[in-house]
Amino acid sequence: MRAGTPELPPSFLARGVAWLDERFPLTETWNYHLARYYAPKNFNFWYFMGALSLLVLVIQLGSGVWLTMSYVPSGEQAFASVEYIMRDVDMGYIIRYMHTTGASAFFLVVYLHMFRAMLYGSYRKPRELLWLIGMAIFLVLMAEGFFGYLLPWGNMSFWAAQVIVSLFSAIPFVGESLATWIRGDFVMSGITLTRFFALHVVLIPIVLIALVFLHLVALHHVGSNNPDGIEIKRNKDANGIPRDGIPFHPYYVVHDINASVIFLILFCLVLFYAPEMGGYFIEKPNFEEANPLKTPEHIAPVWYYTPYYAMLRAATFPLFGLDAKFWGMVVMAVAILIPAALPWLDRSPVKSIRYKGRWSKAMLGIFVVSFLVLGYLGTIAPSPMATLAAQIGTMAYLSYFLLMPWYTQVEKIKPVPDRVT
Amino acid sequence: MESISALEAPERRRFLIGATAVVGAIGVAGAAVPFVRSWAPSAKARAAGAAITVDIASLAEGEMVSPIPAWRGKPVFIVRRTSTQVEELESPDDALADPDSQRPQQPEYAQNNWRARRPEIGVFVGVCTHLGCSPKFYGAPSEEGIDPAWEGGFFCPCHGSRFDLAGRVVSGVPAPSNLEVPPYFFASDTLIVVGEDSGEVVA
Repeated sequence: MRAGTPELPPSFLARGVAWLDERFPLTETWNYHLARYYAPKNFNFWYFMGALSLLVLVIQLGSGVWLTMSYVPSGEQAFASVEYIMRDVDMGYIIRYMHTTGASAFFLVVYLHMFRAMLYGSYRKPRELLWLIGMAIFLVLMAEGFFGYLLPWGNMSFWAAQVIVSLFSAIPFVGESLATWIRGDFVMSGITLTRFFALHVVLIPIVLIALVFLHLVALHHVGSNNPDGIEIKRNKDANGIPRDGIPFHPYYVVHDINASVIFLILFCLVLFYAPEMGGYFIEKPNFEEANPLKTPEHIAPVWYYTPYYAMLRAATFPLFGLDAKFWGMVVMAVAILIPAALPWLDRSPVKSIRYKGRWSKAMLGIFVVSFLVLGYLGTIAPSPMATLAAQIGTMAYLSYFLLMPWYTQVEKIKPVPDRVT
Repeated sequence: MESISALEAPERRRFLIGATAVVGAIGVAGAAVPFVRSWAPSAKARAAGAAITVDIASLAEGEMVSPIPAWRGKPVFIVRRTSTQVEELESPDDALADPDSQRPQQPEYAQNNWRARRPEIGVFVGVCTHLGCSPKFYGAPSEEGIDPAWEGGFFCPCHGSRFDLAGRVVSGVPAPSNLEVPPYFFASDTLIVVGEDSGEVVA
């Protein structure tokens, strides 16, 4: 459909569109967001991740709604109802594995999407708010994953939630009552399960969708960044169209469809052949019902939380009269939230890593390595060596952010071209 | 007319907007109360998690309260130690993993050699800190073959974890930490309330 073309014959379709346009900004919206949204022509691999996260969101909504049709949110029946979905519901196991694989895929593409922004300085002015909305999406996504993980009511669900909720009890004075308030009980119980269910399937998805909408509105207002970090709106032709821009539709729509097909092939390979991913997507103790009297030998979160979990455990000593558990929580919260400060930490005159100096490249490398190492450390049982490694990793992770105002100013940068390359 | 008065009296307009916002905010805060309160433990949950009262008048030395009372669905071990055992807890023979109860497995008033309010009375959650089995109580050196030299304490039959008579875990067993001491207080000389640190006894 080329709704934007004015010389359409007065076909039934064209008359239909005209009828709608009088009553709803259909063509206007189509043009604003797609057909006349000019995106830089030099997008690369990293720019698929935004579209892919939208795709995964749709997968999660679809599979999630279908799961609620057979799932029973109660302490007595939740575990059995998940087994019922897995064994008795026709193709129920596929729906459930779609949702669990989708959760991991969601974090994978979102992490890559965020890394893209860090590579090319996409958080810099005028995209600070776009970045902050994105950070809010990330936080909400973490909450969504956490609440959802309790729902199968497996033993790892139970104990992982127990560990995270008990984090709040480390807050001085109010902690214990806060944890009780979150649980709705003195221990994790069916009461906790039902409220997590309500949050996971109703409230958080609504917030998530609203934030994604705002993220897109903000993006289409400021325009996309690109691997060169050049503002294409600064160089427009006589018609006011950026010389380095191409219409999102059809060019990038076709691009993204290609990427989606390849992504879906990989997704299906995991879905069909390795949905549990050797215990990384669905942990082994979770095939056993929640048991308050039986702690799994080794409690570890799903892979996408492990870098932060490693940092939580890296705090092993009390400080200022507050115990290590409290500081662990503080370190974890800082580690999760600190990327939100990137627009103000980065003082480089250039945006993209392509034109930044050696310091920025080295620090970004340190960041990536520390994130991956911490991610691994979060999956293994604690040992003195692992704790030491996690402490070093935490310092490395934080130094990427905290030293940024300094190293982005002192390093020698490369000249930025006028046009994208 | 409205817009003219707004132009003529911008101060008044700002005050009215501010006042409306404040009243609205109070209304929102008030409306939030039921939503916040509904998250607190329900009456049912409170009843299930309520403190229990245990009479120890007939508890003999070297014995444990039987039948084992339950608090929040977990067994509670209440034992009366002999004076010899009380003394031995001050200088334990076994190597203990956490002899000074550094880990937060007990209320503050139980962070002593007996892990108790009164040296002779021990109160513990009877759940092994390894995988949640319920340990067995041995009130005297055991002749049943665990270890004749052992002074007694708690032995978990599932994986062989051993705890002394103060619930402190012996090093080198699977259990990582001492038995949990629940909050409790003595309502009278022979009445223990388990589940609360202090308060009145509900008859």
